[in-house]
Amino acid sequence: MAKTINIQPVTRIEGHARISIQLDDQGRVADSKLHIMAMRGFEKFIEGRPAEEVPRIVSRICGICPWMHHTAANKAVDQCFGAQVPPAGRKLRELMQVMAHISDKILHFFFLAAPDFVMGAGADYKIRNVLGLAQAAPELAAQVVKMRQAGQMMLERFAGKVIHPVAMVPGGFAKPMSQKERDELLAGAGEQLEFAKFCMKYAKENVFAKLDQDALSLGRITTGFLGLVDPADGSLNLFDGALRLMKPDGSYLDFNCRQYADFLGERVETWSYGKFPYARVWGEGFSMDLEAPKGIYRSNTLARLNVCDRINTPLAQAELEEFRRRFGRPAQSTTLYHWARLIELVYACERVLEILEDETITDPLVRNPVEPRAGRGVGCVEAPRGSLIHDYVTGDDGCIASANMIVGTTHNLAPMNMSVRRAALDAIKGGQVSEEALNQVEMAVRCYDP
Amino acid sequence: MALRVAEEGLSSCSGCEVAILNLGERLLALAPQLDFVHMPLLMDHKYFGQLGDGDLKRLEIPQAELGLVSGGVRNQEHLEVLQAMRANCGTLVALGTCATHGGIPALINGLANAELMERYYRGCETNDPAPDPTETVPPFLERVYALDEKVKVDIYLPGCPPHPDHIAEAVLAFLEGREPALPHKSVCDACPTVRQGKGQLKSVRRFLQNAQYDPAKPIADMRCLLEQGLLCMGPVTRAGCSGADGEAPRCLKARVPCRGCYGPVRQNGNQMLDMLNALASNGIDIKTLPDRAGGLLRFSGAHGRLRPRPAAK
Repeated sequence: MAKTINIQPVTRIEGHARISIQLDDQGRVADSKLHIMAMRGFEKFIEGRPAEEVPRIVSRICGICPWMHHTAANKAVDQCFGAQVPPAGRKLRELMQVMAHISDKILHFFFLAAPDFVMGAGADYKIRNVLGLAQAAPELAAQVVKMRQAGQMMLERFAGKVIHPVAMVPGGFAKPMSQKERDELLAGAGEQLEFAKFCMKYAKENVFAKLDQDALSLGRITTGFLGLVDPADGSLNLFDGALRLMKPDGSYLDFNCRQYADFLGERVETWSYGKFPYARVWGEGFSMDLEAPKGIYRSNTLARLNVCDRINTPLAQAELEEFRRRFGRPAQSTTLYHWARLIELVYACERVLEILEDETITDPLVRNPVEPRAGRGVGCVEAPRGSLIHDYVTGDDGCIASANMIVGTTHNLAPMNMSVRRAALDAIKGGQVSEEALNQVEMAVRCYDP
Repeated sequence: MALRVAEEGLSSCSGCEVAILNLGERLLALAPQLDFVHMPLLMDHKYFGQLGDGDLKRLEIPQAELGLVSGGVRNQEHLEVLQAMRANCGTLVALGTCATHGGIPALINGLANAELMERYYRGCETNDPAPDPTETVPPFLERVYALDEKVKVDIYLPGCPPHPDHIAEAVLAFLEGREPALPHKSVCDACPTVRQGKGQLKSVRRFLQNAQYDPAKPIADMRCLLEQGLLCMGPVTRAGCSGADGEAPRCLKARVPCRGCYGPVRQNGNQMLDMLNALASNGIDIKTLPDRAGGLLRFSGAHGRLRPRPAAK
């Protein structure tokens, strides 16, 4: 008999979602959807607010990646007001934003995703979580908790507030870094890099080594990719650069972030509050058909590693080379998001050290005063979950006249729907529904770390 | 027997849950005394059965002694989850300012839903315009509500997010069967900056250049930001963000003014009225403030405080 299965809520993800799977009379998967259940409307309710206040408001879009919204918003307001950020202000911004990537990746890999691999996809749900992991592997869990916490506290000690930060301001940064603070962060960043190396080794031995063909084809789809690259050499850049939109065949277009609306569009479906970005510039329309997708590209870790030509830090570059040798470019396996995430963890730690090693970061000039005025700004950074775009228009009073945003997770809403369909088709056969099968469907979503 | 705990986030950002995780090693130490029976961010308990075949009219939350709910109430699903949490949790904690006062998402309360939908689904530059989503998604309520507008709340733990020290205190106090010791004063009471008393200040200005201070010196040597002429919500905002060590309010540590993220000093206070009074009594012209309601009620727009302006229909 035909029926609908509801996976609600989708768990061990950051947002609020539900999966519905329709089975036909023969118990085959006839349809499936990932529904985004809420919409808060930041684009609308920041209208009329003084633009310099907005970076402290939009951070609340995401309590897991508030630094990303804080950074993108400041970059957008700088452009609206015509502000020139002093070099040390820019360095502090990149430092904070890349540091925030570090604890985010530890959180996602170990707290949210790892229980499926370490405890097993079919383990009892009561232990298939980070607390179960802490009982099964107490030493590992203690180390993970300690290092994630250390990363968060490094940010908090310097910048005051780590969840919903306030230290970046239009025109630069609110406080300079002292030599003592720099020394402390250098010591902490060195420990984070050692831990990142440990994570990579641990994951290769205990998780990635066990990825068989079935695991690699979980939620497998074929799409294009989007991510920021450094315009100078095409290298990975989380903080700034040009957007690169790659087709499934590996060919790509680079464009200035300010032109995003010429390249990307957003579809609305009747069954989800989240919108569905697609590659408008490809001129093929939009379809989530598994066999013949149209306009579909992905964002987030795997996308960034696919679009970049290289990584300018040595350990991460070595990891990227190995990854490319094994999986090619672009790599399409959805499960590889996890692997790519740990390569980015290594990069983020190396990059933080690089920034801190520049002694001019302690220059006391970190902010230039700004003047409210009419203008437009598009701030773009790579958030852990994908390319983050904040587009603001200000009026003569320097208040927001209109705003448009595309946040990281949103880019992946269409791909996640497709991966859910793929995983459901593979896991549910002949009407046989098990907890493990349903968890495999959710694992496809968790790869994207939505 | 470990304490059974259920946790939920409604119209929220997961920042309160990250604040729980930011207990770090303290959370690991507490873990043996806690049995998390429901917490969507970390564990896989489902509303409608683990096989997804339950009755959609019967949302299941396991029985728990302690329930933590972050986020305000924005749609029908949030309301149903909140009611199920209330029915199944002995003690209910409103976790974070969205839960206690609406928080940032309640800024939408200054607008009608139709204006939001028009902009979001048909007005944005990247949109292919389309009708509002209405199938299989929970309908919006007319505005964002704080939890206590819908159910009885036992403990209020404001903050955006609450300081981990106070989350730990609330849980520990519950385990020990006593009242939690939470801050009840204002941010100013917890702020070490130098106040010289009523000055010549006639207006407050926007935060367009950094405060004046010597970065080599501690915060205790910096002049009060309000006295420097910057709008600072410290006088009308609940203390707590400095945590247990109490060194300084967190935004002040970054040398930026408070924006009121802990909500009013008293649970039923009004940050806008209180701030306008505080400024007026110091002879400061309140007309100099841009975006008065949206600025002063930035975190506490629920409870009917922030409403659509009549001109906006």
